Amino acid sequence: MADTIKEIDGITTEATEELIEEILAAYPEKARKKRAPHLGANEPTSAKCAVQSNKKVVPGVMSQRGCAYAGAKGVVWGPIRDMVHVSHGPVGCGVYSWGTRRNLMQGVPGVTCFPLDFTSDFQESDIVYGGDKKLETLLREADELFPLNKGLSVLSECPVGLIGDDINAVTKKMEQELGKFVVPCNCEGFRGVSQSLGHHISNDSIRDHVIGKREFVEPAGPYDVALIGDYNIGGDVWAATPILEEIGLNVKSVWTGDGEIEKIAATGQVKLNLIHCYRSMNYMCKVMEEKWGIPWMEYNFFGPTKIEESLRAIGEFFDDTIKQKVEEVIAKYRPIMASVLEEYRPRLEGKTAMLFVGGLRPRHTVGAYEDLGIEITGTGYEFAHQDDYDRTSPEMAKGTLIYDDASEFELEKFVEKMKPDLVGSGIKEKYVFQKAGIPFRQMHSWDYSGPYHGYEGFKIFARDIDMAINSPTWGLVKAPF
Amino acid sequence: MSTTTDIRPVTEHTAEEIDRVKNWINSEEYKEKNFARKALVINPAHACQPLGAEMVAHGFAGSLPFVHGSQGCASYFRSTFSRHFREPACATSDAMTEDGAVFGGQNNLFEGLENAYALYKPAIMPVFTTCMPEVIGDDLTAFITNAKNNGHIPADLPTPYANTPSFNGTHIHGYDSMLKAMLEYLTEGKKNEAGDNGTLNLIPGFEGNTGNLREYKKYLEAMDIPYTMLADISDVFDSVCDGTYRMYSGGTPLDAAADSINAKATVSLMKYSTLNTMKSVEANFAGTSKTLAFPMGIRKTDEFLMALSELFDKPIPAELKAERGRAVDAMTDAHQYIHGKKFAVAGDPDYLLGIVSFLLEMGAIPYHILCSRSNKKFKKEMEALLATSPLYGAQGTVYINKDLWHMRSLCVTDPVDAIIGDTHCKYVARDAKIPLFRVGFPIMDRVNLHRSPVIGYQGAVNLLTMIVNKFLDTVDETCEDQWFEMMR
Repeated sequence: MADTIKEIDGITTEATEELIEEILAAYPEKARKKRAPHLGANEPTSAKCAVQSNKKVVPGVMSQRGCAYAGAKGVVWGPIRDMVHVSHGPVGCGVYSWGTRRNLMQGVPGVTCFPLDFTSDFQESDIVYGGDKKLETLLREADELFPLNKGLSVLSECPVGLIGDDINAVTKKMEQELGKFVVPCNCEGFRGVSQSLGHHISNDSIRDHVIGKREFVEPAGPYDVALIGDYNIGGDVWAATPILEEIGLNVKSVWTGDGEIEKIAATGQVKLNLIHCYRSMNYMCKVMEEKWGIPWMEYNFFGPTKIEESLRAIGEFFDDTIKQKVEEVIAKYRPIMASVLEEYRPRLEGKTAMLFVGGLRPRHTVGAYEDLGIEITGTGYEFAHQDDYDRTSPEMAKGTLIYDDASEFELEKFVEKMKPDLVGSGIKEKYVFQKAGIPFRQMHSWDYSGPYHGYEGFKIFARDIDMAINSPTWGLVKAPF
Repeated sequence: MSTTTDIRPVTEHTAEEIDRVKNWINSEEYKEKNFARKALVINPAHACQPLGAEMVAHGFAGSLPFVHGSQGCASYFRSTFSRHFREPACATSDAMTEDGAVFGGQNNLFEGLENAYALYKPAIMPVFTTCMPEVIGDDLTAFITNAKNNGHIPADLPTPYANTPSFNGTHIHGYDSMLKAMLEYLTEGKKNEAGDNGTLNLIPGFEGNTGNLREYKKYLEAMDIPYTMLADISDVFDSVCDGTYRMYSGGTPLDAAADSINAKATVSLMKYSTLNTMKSVEANFAGTSKTLAFPMGIRKTDEFLMALSELFDKPIPAELKAERGRAVDAMTDAHQYIHGKKFAVAGDPDYLLGIVSFLLEMGAIPYHILCSRSNKKFKKEMEALLATSPLYGAQGTVYINKDLWHMRSLCVTDPVDAIIGDTHCKYVARDAKIPLFRVGFPIMDRVNLHRSPVIGYQGAVNLLTMIVNKFLDTVDETCEDQWFEMMR
């Protein structure tokens, strides 16, 4: 993977391991033993990253993780714009996840797209008597009030699985009655160890209830592709698809940012699946590969270096027409990107950053920071698996800090010791670091900015990173008296 | 796998179809269907109990809120507070998973309490529940006692706890349950037989506005009344940025909370989020207890100050009387821009009563008043408030257990000039093409509103300024050239 092993001045495996030991010392013995395998110094040459992942949260340590429901509703299903997504259970889950992921969508709200919170708002009686009847009524009501919906998903919250409701029977019945997709997703928050199982369960729901049920009206073409694992955060899809179209590809469906369920169901007809967020969608790429022989490839649209690499790799899947266009597109954007770098790189050169995000960005954004002259001294994931960490090691410099499911305590101490110029993480972490005077960008939501994907996205990313690090407000933090 | 094998073509809606539905959802016919809903809730304006419990738990010095249940819930609560206040919200959970569902959550609680205490060294760990342990019937009383008996945490670490099932009530009931538990726990055995200590306990209720709390303190200090604000989140969720992160910032000191049982008086300023707490205070505390109206607008603020004056036999100082005078001056100066304007209002019961009271004072018309989960008592109280103002209150209709999708139907079929509520109301505002004045919780799309008080005399001025200037901006931004003028 990596041609050369990256190194960063002042970062050594020994110092990093020492830091980890120091921090682990604060844990009670049992917790220390559980946490120790999740922290490590990076070894870029090792094919298998030594850091353990996808294990249960250690109780009480203040993990930043969410739950399976969050992975299902927030990540996979929520962005599908033309479906009614029902948060089935008590009121909270739907409210907290309503509009808080920034998966933007086109359409007429309430008519052809549904950025709303639909819930069964469980009461005590629903817990006692079960919620299946209510669910049936609710689905009928939703379909009547939102007649142009292309389908409904039912996302189970914790109590549903505990009281023995059978949402699968209800959705099966209602799918026949309504004549459109009615998809069950048993993503109760207590299942699994993180959001990640919610992604997997959602992928399985798509496999079992959606994929292969539709076909495109227009004949298939040689350049038909699907965009998998782009959730249109801050408009990412709208920055990514134009590039793919510019190199001559037809983006037939997007999973699932600004997505349409019928097009998702027809994805079995494309020639290639392009996957950005491997963690949340690799399952379905593998299913489509097995079922229809559709190849899939990972790509990276963060920062010009990775975009160019990715475009050339995509070109290799196709004929000379596409390869030619790839070179034209690269040549077209080079000067534009050069002017972005000319503006920002001098202001950012030599800065360091630490990242802690979900399942993709802690490795995929490294190149974009490096394009700006910023070195990443530590990175880690909330809910990644071994294959993600294996893909991370070569991207990171030797001896840099790798942390899995880091606790609040660990993050705070790591940052305190490593003193990065920027931390890129989530809303729960943001203000902890800003209070300490450390510049921060939310890297789940693009901090209410974006897009960050593609060439257009990099312009915004560069501006945002510069404004975070170089804001004059940091100079006011210490009072002169 | 599904048994359906037929493959259907991808369909597109026609522009005519889309237009038809677009118009239909704004119709009277649609409103009727919408109001006939029995099972589906769309865009509720309330959250679940543990969120409110966590707000209380944050409000005590050195406190680490501890969520017994799923980790995802804890992350949702923390994110919600951080988005609203733009502040850290440190809370932990014992991360129950499938095995917890089968065997109960005791082991998770043991390990969670032990780790949280070792890492974060809290002075107190209030415990509250998500729906998962509530459904399986975990016994918190026994579990926490066992945790102490087994040495997972010191026996003397305060661990008040509350059951806060999400399938019952809303965030304000979780607030109530946690605060009641907290006070009963901390004050147990602390009653001083020698009589009261001369102080006031002030309970602000479920409050997303730290500016309001600072305003209360300003009044109490001006009146020279010694006080303890219970569940005081003002310095927790409005903390300084000075280069040092302090996980425990602000909060009611625990010794003051323990001594609250000996106060001369306890005053709650939110009836609906402190019903059970105040019953408990009435039964157990030494002094008198009173629940006052949430002091929005002039009259309710007058009532608040006069009640304090009476309880503590202290005069209302001239500076506050002057502040009142300036607020009334601002209101009379600006009344013409708001008089007769119709408002839709959504939110928690006490906030709604406060906002409506303010609107009536301004000669504005509270028109659609919606509380997405409440009861007939609240409806009656609101109707009584409207009845105090035959001229401006008579047109108002109170909706309980209706949601913001109902509100949308109301605002598009029977238009108003503006809506007041939290950020979630922005979809209604956009569809009805009216401004949203953000008051309440959460506000996730504007900065600093939680620092700008809406209670008291200054709060009335702030509200008035926000509302009137927006109306005037709209005139300037949208009027035709011949109507564009220097003065307004």
